[in-house]
Amino acid sequence: MTSSLFFIQLLNGLQLGVLLFMLSAGLTLVFGIMSFVNLAHGCLYMMGAYFAATVYAATDSFVAAGVAAVVGGGLLAALVEWVVARRLYARDHLDHVLATFGLILFFNELARWVWGASPFYMNVPPALSGTLDILGVMYPKYRFAIISAGLIAALGCYLLIAKTRVGMLIRAGSLNPTMVAALGVNIRLLNALVFSLGGALAGLAGLMSSPILSVQPGMGEPILILVMIVIVIGGIGSVQGAFYAALMVGLIDTAGRAFLPMLLREFIDRSSAQAAGPAIASMLTCIFMATVLALRPQGLFPVKNK
Amino acid sequence: MMKLPVKSFSLACALALTGVSNYAQQPLKIGFLGTLSGPAGALGQDQYDAFMLGIEHLDGKLGNSTVQVLKEDDQLKPDLGVELAKKLIEKEKVSIITGVTFSNVMMAVHKPITDAGIFLIGSNAGPTPITGKGCSPMYFSTSWNNDSLHESMGAYAREQGYKRVYLMAPNYQAGKDALAGFKAQYKGAAIDEIYTQINQPDYSAEIAQMQAAKPDALYVFYPGGMGVNFVKQYQQAGMLGKVPLLSAATVDGTTLPALKDIALGVITSSPYSPDIDNPQNKKFVDDFRKKYNRFPSLYAAQSYDAAMLLNSALLKTQGKLDREPFRAALKQANFKSVAGPFKFNNNQFPIRNFYRVDVAKDSSGQVALVNKGVVLKDHADAYASQCTMN
Repeated sequence: MTSSLFFIQLLNGLQLGVLLFMLSAGLTLVFGIMSFVNLAHGCLYMMGAYFAATVYAATDSFVAAGVAAVVGGGLLAALVEWVVARRLYARDHLDHVLATFGLILFFNELARWVWGASPFYMNVPPALSGTLDILGVMYPKYRFAIISAGLIAALGCYLLIAKTRVGMLIRAGSLNPTMVAALGVNIRLLNALVFSLGGALAGLAGLMSSPILSVQPGMGEPILILVMIVIVIGGIGSVQGAFYAALMVGLIDTAGRAFLPMLLREFIDRSSAQAAGPAIASMLTCIFMATVLALRPQGLFPVKNK
Repeated sequence: MMKLPVKSFSLACALALTGVSNYAQQPLKIGFLGTLSGPAGALGQDQYDAFMLGIEHLDGKLGNSTVQVLKEDDQLKPDLGVELAKKLIEKEKVSIITGVTFSNVMMAVHKPITDAGIFLIGSNAGPTPITGKGCSPMYFSTSWNNDSLHESMGAYAREQGYKRVYLMAPNYQAGKDALAGFKAQYKGAAIDEIYTQINQPDYSAEIAQMQAAKPDALYVFYPGGMGVNFVKQYQQAGMLGKVPLLSAATVDGTTLPALKDIALGVITSSPYSPDIDNPQNKKFVDDFRKKYNRFPSLYAAQSYDAAMLLNSALLKTQGKLDREPFRAALKQANFKSVAGPFKFNNNQFPIRNFYRVDVAKDSSGQVALVNKGVVLKDHADAYASQCTMN
């Protein structure tokens, strides 16, 4: 029983991890290459979820919903880059934060205006609904779909970055953007491309989330905090780092929520454990980040410089 | 904002009051203060829509006075609520304020409003401090004390003979109060109490732990979007129907449209259900659906009751708002509540029924909230004895 429970929680952690990866891969590149702090990345995720849910409601096709979320997320990111971000690369980080915080307010109000304040809703596609019995514990099939989508996205990112010319430029850009520009590469186009790639991945995360979460204004902000933690732990600009860090954060967060209250009960009395458990569990990822920052300020898997 | 000294404050109110009684042909100004925007905006919107429907049912009048309702959105921010209440009182010179959706806003505006000598008819939030010791003669509630929903579900779990119940709620004051209220009536063994982060989106880890504990039933308190997420994930894990899901404020009129069939089988505790069988409720539900194209929630019902309560008291005093006679008229609660029996306790909170309301298919095959009978009959909250008013 306990071993199957452990396995289930491992799957839960993995599932949260790949979701975090889809969100952090794009953001870490934007941060690394353009040195741009994009707080509005969570909005792309939210809009992706809305696009997916709307198209799914209209067509009943999960594939169409997927196309809408990924393409929609990518195009929207390109628009944000073109209208807002592009003008701010040269400026201070504080300006980035202010502008993208404004975008958060804008997108949340936009979503409320278009889709209403009540939570929006998307069904699990019939082929992926139902549960699997894993050693006595029911586990939803759809969660396997999320894990698969996340791993495929990770593989795709790896191939793109390690094996293609564009990927080579992205890698070069994250090491030394000025030099890349000096070599005659159209850095503005590269920036726009990276930005929309991140948007498309965020849209994919939105698509995969919308059947398990309520799609509502502001849904992008709580997860953005975890994504930021992932990026810092993984090393800014490193997609590989984002992948490993996302899995670590997913596992730590899940394990903390699942096992910490139980563990604490061994040492302190029941009611204090009930009070302290969730509080400490929610701090775990932050404590992990603080530890990493103290020991390796550049992150666990930094982009190899020079 | 400039602070007025208390003296001129009450003078202004006195002027406002005489103004109303001297010039009866002027419309009676009522302030509606509620949470109308943000993720929880649907609750306040239901309160406002139902209040306006009530006035419409009374031909635009309360008592015999035509009324003007001034709507303000507190955005779930207590400080903004206080500012808006002051604006309603000082600038708009309203004589009555109604609404108030959330407890934290209620705690902030309760004193400024009642101290100014303005009648406050709360139609949702019922935090404990103002139910007990802090009760005020100027404050009436058409809803319930925050504990009551949970007490009702606790009583239901006890009656069902559930031996092992698993409890879950968000980790904040209302979540802790919820589980305490449940346990006060349940009296059996709570095998575990799990507190999750506020606005946590994913509950997969907690649901797996819960499955492993093999409880007889699960009790949860997840208001708003948290409830939508939790119920969806619980259903996807194949647990709905296997382990009974008892809940309060988790699936209600505002979240059911987002869940529909997914929530089939959820058991809730509620002071109101759209299918409560009485003529005033039938008229209310029919016209609410016609006008707004959705079912009324409990928040709507309580606010409709507030309009009917005000009407009954204003009829009694012939439109006069003098403090003691008007208060006495309100206390009589001489109106027919859409939720069934209704009378005021000494703390001016209702003594009312709490129902078991299930998510089920109604007679037309639609997923709806269906009343499955009274759990707590003529229930009075536990704090009235701490209130020293009569």
